[in-house]
Amino acid sequence: MRLAIASGKGGTGKTTLAVNLALKASGTMKTVLADLDVEEPNGSIFIGGETVDEKQVYRYTPAWNQKSCSLCGKCTSWCAYNALIKLGEIILVMPNLCHSCYACSELCPDGALPMEASPLGTIRHFSRGKLDFTESKLNIGLEQAAPLIKQSLNYLDENFKDHDLQILDSPPGTACSMMEAVRSADYVILVTEPTPFGLHDLKLAVETVRQLELPFAVVINRDGIGNDELDRYLKAEEIAVWARIPHQREIAELYSRGEILFDKVAAVDDALSDILQRLEGLS
Amino acid sequence: MIVGFTSTGEGWDAKIDPRFGRTEFILIYDEEKDELKAVDNREVSDMAHGVGPKTAQKIHELGVQVLITGNGPGGNAAEVLKNMNVKIYIKAGGMGIREAYGAYKANKLESIGG
Repeated sequence: MRLAIASGKGGTGKTTLAVNLALKASGTMKTVLADLDVEEPNGSIFIGGETVDEKQVYRYTPAWNQKSCSLCGKCTSWCAYNALIKLGEIILVMPNLCHSCYACSELCPDGALPMEASPLGTIRHFSRGKLDFTESKLNIGLEQAAPLIKQSLNYLDENFKDHDLQILDSPPGTACSMMEAVRSADYVILVTEPTPFGLHDLKLAVETVRQLELPFAVVINRDGIGNDELDRYLKAEEIAVWARIPHQREIAELYSRGEILFDKVAAVDDALSDILQRLEGLS
Repeated sequence: MIVGFTSTGEGWDAKIDPRFGRTEFILIYDEEKDELKAVDNREVSDMAHGVGPKTAQKIHELGVQVLITGNGPGGNAAEVLKNMNVKIYIKAGGMGIREAYGAYKANKLESIGG
């Protein structure tokens, strides 16, 4: 079972839920948690643990070989991202725009665009007790989150295939990186909060997972603040609410110290039990 | 000299489009022939990525030697323009084309790079 935890809005509690759910689940089943918020992973603050493995990840972009190029310019018309530009007798490659689709490299009649590796980021595997945890981190200055997420999911397939539960802590938003993280999941939990911002971005996230035809449910965090618009929306759209985590000062204080919640706050433990029970009902 | 303008319209009475990559038109003024022509650049409006480099390539193909624009090119387009022999003048956004050309001739526009 692969479960993605996502949200439209940032800061709704994805990592808090993912970390606590993964640690609790690891008590009864083989669990791996993958932090895929590659631009700013922070799950390791809460998990800690010992490093088991570290892997460098590379991306591939074309490098122009002037000698074999006949300057036909076809590559510039194939590239959907305009990463190749022809200036007279020069083909200019813009690695920042390249999405590593290989089209130009494979199709070039002169074989003048071989793909070259460059560092993209790292995947680290930690263990804490029975929980396996991976953290993927994009190198500073790079913007290609989706390829790193893809390779991180491959890493999960290669190393944790037999785990009962794979939990993905997705990047916020509803752009390419979030879609790459959730699209391979069997189920998605969208974390939101009962505020106008929370509702606005939840609607975008709901639209996204519906487009991807993924089954999903909602977990409401900071329940008790804001207004009832969120509940009215969820009811009208017939979206299941799996759990509500109350707005409590104690939770905020523990979080701010990087501590785990479910072993100290009964309301959180109850919410996690509800979620695990729902997950069990799916399989 | 071939002078190019990022423009919102097709003639001397149009205004400088402050945007580089997504400029609606590129106006080309051939000073020797005293000839002004307009190139439609609105095809890029549907593109999500790499519009700056695409427009830079077009400006190169049109043989522009001096470019008068508004905000100036973004990072990707600047990378392309670095490889071209074109002098760029900025902050003419909103000026009429004739007015911008006059300001360039009077040395009153700010230039960047090449």
